[in-house]
Amino acid sequence: MNRDELRAVILEELSCIAPDIDSDTLDDQARLRDEYDLDSMDALNLLAALHKRVGVNIPEADYARMHSVSQLLDYLEPRVAR
Amino acid sequence: MAPPAHRTTAPRGGLLRNLPDYEAARTTFTWNQARAELAGMPGGRINIAYEALDRHLDSPTAHRTAIRYLPREGDPVDISYRKLAERANRFANVLAELGLQPGDGVYCLAHRMPDLYAAALGTLKHGCVFTPLFSAFGPEPIRSRVEIGQPVAIVTTERLYRRKLAQWIRGTPSVRHVLLIGPVEDTPPDTLNAAQAMAAQSPEYATRPMDPEDRALLHFTSGTTGKPKGAIHVHEAVVAHHITGKLALDLHPEDIYWCTADPGWVTGTSYGIISPLTNGTTMVVDEEEFDAERWYRILQDQRVTVWYTAPTAIRMLMKHGPELARKHDLSSLRFLSSVGEPLNPEAVHWGRDTLGLPFHDNWWQTETGGIMIANFPGMPIKPGSMGRAVPGIETAVIRHTDDGIERIEDPAETGELALKTPWPSMFRGYLNEEERYRKCFVGNWYLTGDLARCDEDGYLWFIGRADDVIKSSGHLIGPFEVESVLMEHPAVAEAGVIGIPDEVAGETVKAFVSLKPGFEPEDVLMKEILALARKRLGPAVAPRQVAFRDRLPSTRSGKIMRRLLRARELGLPEGDTSTLEGGKE
Repeated sequence: MNRDELRAVILEELSCIAPDIDSDTLDDQARLRDEYDLDSMDALNLLAALHKRVGVNIPEADYARMHSVSQLLDYLEPRVAR
Repeated sequence: MAPPAHRTTAPRGGLLRNLPDYEAARTTFTWNQARAELAGMPGGRINIAYEALDRHLDSPTAHRTAIRYLPREGDPVDISYRKLAERANRFANVLAELGLQPGDGVYCLAHRMPDLYAAALGTLKHGCVFTPLFSAFGPEPIRSRVEIGQPVAIVTTERLYRRKLAQWIRGTPSVRHVLLIGPVEDTPPDTLNAAQAMAAQSPEYATRPMDPEDRALLHFTSGTTGKPKGAIHVHEAVVAHHITGKLALDLHPEDIYWCTADPGWVTGTSYGIISPLTNGTTMVVDEEEFDAERWYRILQDQRVTVWYTAPTAIRMLMKHGPELARKHDLSSLRFLSSVGEPLNPEAVHWGRDTLGLPFHDNWWQTETGGIMIANFPGMPIKPGSMGRAVPGIETAVIRHTDDGIERIEDPAETGELALKTPWPSMFRGYLNEEERYRKCFVGNWYLTGDLARCDEDGYLWFIGRADDVIKSSGHLIGPFEVESVLMEHPAVAEAGVIGIPDEVAGETVKAFVSLKPGFEPEDVLMKEILALARKRLGPAVAPRQVAFRDRLPSTRSGKIMRRLLRARELGLPEGDTSTLEGGKE
């Protein structure tokens, strides 16, 4: 899965949890919590959904590094089976 | 049989407990004594902010740290009691210059930042009525609360103003001033840069002496039906804020105290602003939201001694496992407490095993203004119980009878939890809703709406709510407020909203909707409805799930039977369905 495909998966899962976010205009660098009103429950649900989708288990200790879509991509990309 | 009681460990830090003997305190405590611990003002007057700030200024406390603010990034910022008082004074002077009068409402919608505290205390100093709003509310909950409370001024940040207020606030005639705290890049029209306005004011302000029964705080809470309720609290409430912090949280002036509740809610006001200051502690204020590693680092680096947090947060820490906790030096902690929803026994034990101290659960509501029931320091904890009544508070578990209520004596029987009136922080009304207020009382008992039982040792056990209110992450959510927004979607015919159990949040909001003719229950539509709810309500109130049903169970008068929806969803007994329209699905 390349970075673009992975990004599409993240946006798809994000839209299930927070469909109020417009994925066409989403800023990959923006903090999801500040700019798109994602709370900690949403974040937990998103990481669980991504685990299911791409098979990467994100340990709780790494949650703090996942503030934006680009941070998610940086974390997941090297870990996703090609 | 009640689970075995566990003795709390000896206090750390060499401090004497404020409540050495609970049984003795129950017989000797009087509210007059509690009042005498505060300074008061001439002529029997009082002001919450005077007790929180002014009365410390002639003592060594003036130079001690009131707030240790931890910005998202960068070094902690220490604000002394004197500096905080000066900042609050400048804010009070701004309100005076804008022409605000005592009794006028000031709302605050902001995330945790130093001037939020100055604004709250400055508002009280000037005799205005302070209302906190949660910054994760969407525009709809904010707007309905503004329409009910008719504030004269709103304190917020530039970002929140642009995102949640700018589109509609000019249409609400009561709001004459919008003050922006925190960094302001470009002051929007009709708003005021609070920091600039404060800089132009004097740091002196003579705190207004208030009648003990004058309004001080207006806290919104949710009921089953209708709009949010504005619970009115008066300046006299500070007597309870102070003494309950001292007795139930064991606050000492030497303490580094961290209340993790956001000041957008009642806990974050009573125990996140007022009580820690009246008790002269240093309070830690973290700008950031929950993050396990950051939280352990704060407990360690700030040498936190008393920690007041919530079950949802504790359960999230538990998910991270014990290793992360053990990497940190948490030896400064001496007392742990929790509020918001019942704390499960596993969490109490986890505290002891992982942090070295058990959590002490306590119970109270927006309406009670302060802690009413607690596992006190020095008293055996019963894990899973909310503890025993605060000295000065009488509780009862009651059943409703044809001509009123009667006390339940059987420790095995569940009834409604009631508190004997009055006490200083008891709410004095629901704003403009006298009838709704009166319904909360029978004789001299306040009925809490919570179901509980009282064991043979006087410990109270929470069983559930007597109504359909949902409790998610410790916050009450009124199903009607959510259903009203869902009904705005053109495809929705009926909406019913319930809480479903969640291992972290206690409950999460789930919505059931039926569709108007011509609409298909498709995934796209489901997302559309969910999106609308999140946009209007914000993530703290919106449903996490939306499910379609052909029709919703309703009474013959057309009222959605939420209880039945819940019973079906969770596979519980459905109870009496004789008044039901439609029957089973």
